Amino acid sequence: MRLKPRASVVVAILVAALLLVAVITLALSVGDRATNPVDLVRALAGLGEENVVYAVREVRLPRVVIAVVVGAAFGIAGGISQGVLRNPLASPDVLGVSAGASVAAVGVMAIGALGGPIGLVPIPVATLIGGFGAAALIAALGFGAGFRGRSLLLVGIALSTALTGITQYLLTRMDVAGAQSAASWLTGSLNARGWGDTLPVLIGAAVIVPIVLMLGHSARALIFEEDLTTNWGIRGSVVRVTLLVCSVALAAIATSAAGPVGFVALVSGQLARRAARVADIPPILSGIVGALIVLVADTLARTVFPVQLPVGVLTAIVGAPYLLYLLQRPRRGRGAL
Amino acid sequence: MSLYPDSRLNGEGLRLSYGDRNIVENLSVGFPDGKVTVIVGANACGKSTALRAFSRLMKPEGGVVTLDGKSIADHPSKEVAKTLGLLPQSPTAPEGLSVRDLVARGRHPHQSWWKQWSEEDKIAVDAALEATGMTDLADRDVDELSGGQRQRAWIAMAVAQETDLLLLDEPTTYLDIAHQLDVLDLVARLNRQSGRTIVMVLHDLNLAIRYADHIVAMRGGKLIVEGPPKEIITREFLAEVFGVAGEVVMDPIMGHPVVLPHSTIAR
Repeated sequence: MRLKPRASVVVAILVAALLLVAVITLALSVGDRATNPVDLVRALAGLGEENVVYAVREVRLPRVVIAVVVGAAFGIAGGISQGVLRNPLASPDVLGVSAGASVAAVGVMAIGALGGPIGLVPIPVATLIGGFGAAALIAALGFGAGFRGRSLLLVGIALSTALTGITQYLLTRMDVAGAQSAASWLTGSLNARGWGDTLPVLIGAAVIVPIVLMLGHSARALIFEEDLTTNWGIRGSVVRVTLLVCSVALAAIATSAAGPVGFVALVSGQLARRAARVADIPPILSGIVGALIVLVADTLARTVFPVQLPVGVLTAIVGAPYLLYLLQRPRRGRGAL
Repeated sequence: MSLYPDSRLNGEGLRLSYGDRNIVENLSVGFPDGKVTVIVGANACGKSTALRAFSRLMKPEGGVVTLDGKSIADHPSKEVAKTLGLLPQSPTAPEGLSVRDLVARGRHPHQSWWKQWSEEDKIAVDAALEATGMTDLADRDVDELSGGQRQRAWIAMAVAQETDLLLLDEPTTYLDIAHQLDVLDLVARLNRQSGRTIVMVLHDLNLAIRYADHIVAMRGGKLIVEGPPKEIITREFLAEVFGVAGEVVMDPIMGHPVVLPHSTIAR
């Protein structure tokens, strides 16, 4: 008796979710002073020593939650765009969506420091505008190339470089304190983030993820060429555009909360696809993988080093070699993910 | 009017173009139900374009394709997908896709986001694997298979779609002669065992003659002649459709005509 074809995805999701619960428990337990499991449960319920309750509920819990939420959002966003564009490099961070969100956020910080109404724009709003602005530019510039494939990717990389240049310029125009905090934000950091930063991401995810799941059945077929999917009655362009909008929105909102944490979007979907041994990228699984990556990286960043590192430094240490591997490996056939 | 206007899949007065380039003009042709029809013609004669119009991938500029008497554009797309399957020319599978998963994807039109995998799907997939002799290879990755096995896997996917009509665009491309026969025997078996109507585009005229009940010959975007191979394959046919001078002899063992091309005719 054989399991049904998607059973491997369900199994992988269960295993990854269990792993996530274990890492969450660990992350809540470690810090300046480790907390044993009994004290941890008591502290979560608000019982026990006051400083332990404070450390668990006020310091670690918000940080764990934001790591999980932001990681999941980046993971889902990357998995979607890689799947839709049929390219393992096509994640929002490589395509320039994160760069667009960053330039808008740093712009608000820089111009806001001079006073005036622009400084009043909330960072989440700025990142959404920046992310969608970059995506629209990529789409417009890549439109002639048929809205998919490698040329779109090249446009994205070029745009990303240009936007990063603008961000660098903005940093040079800011005073030292402002530039320093902006630079730390740009690395991707969860230091001193709280519920207020998490809430917009949660709301965004609650709207977007159901759309992604409803389109999942059609999205899975996008691994094939258009002739086949059209024969199957799928309106490919509608599904593609909707999913890309979802991906950009998730990446931009996640960026607003934690800064452009690098490589999470790039890596998560690919790990998820390989773990589940399927040809498409399962969105839920790539979300859990993203959450795991950011949570592990952030927990290491705040505990094992003499100073608290921005989480983006650790994800980059893992992610950059992976990107190099993707760039140099031979491709087997067209449409290989 | 087409020769078989009452067939389930029929086209009348089709004009097909890419941009302002006309590919097919005034094509009226129907595909006899339950038979194997092969469309033949020289390169760029419009045969693959015609197949695209009949599989609803392309909207005719003029004329109409009808499925079961109603314009194919007026059918809900899911219903068309359950009636008419298509195997494009040399389709590609992404890395890491197993044969079973590929074949299961053929069930797509029978599923929806809330009803994803049923017992019926399982039965259809197992039957498709069995019918194409792919059961033993079901757990292998598609991109690890030989050319012939891969094409059988794709045909299995189309079989799992369980459509009464199956359209294939050059299913033997890139295959050696043994695998070409293998694939076409499989197609012929699918036709005989389940009465599926088959329409395919083939490059090789002798294979077309051997496997077709009905041949549709095109040249320059127009229908030149159609009919059973034994009746229409002549020296004149060779000259008119392919611009080739040669002989037509009888295969003494298989009992069908064989084309021996000698030279191209200058024109």
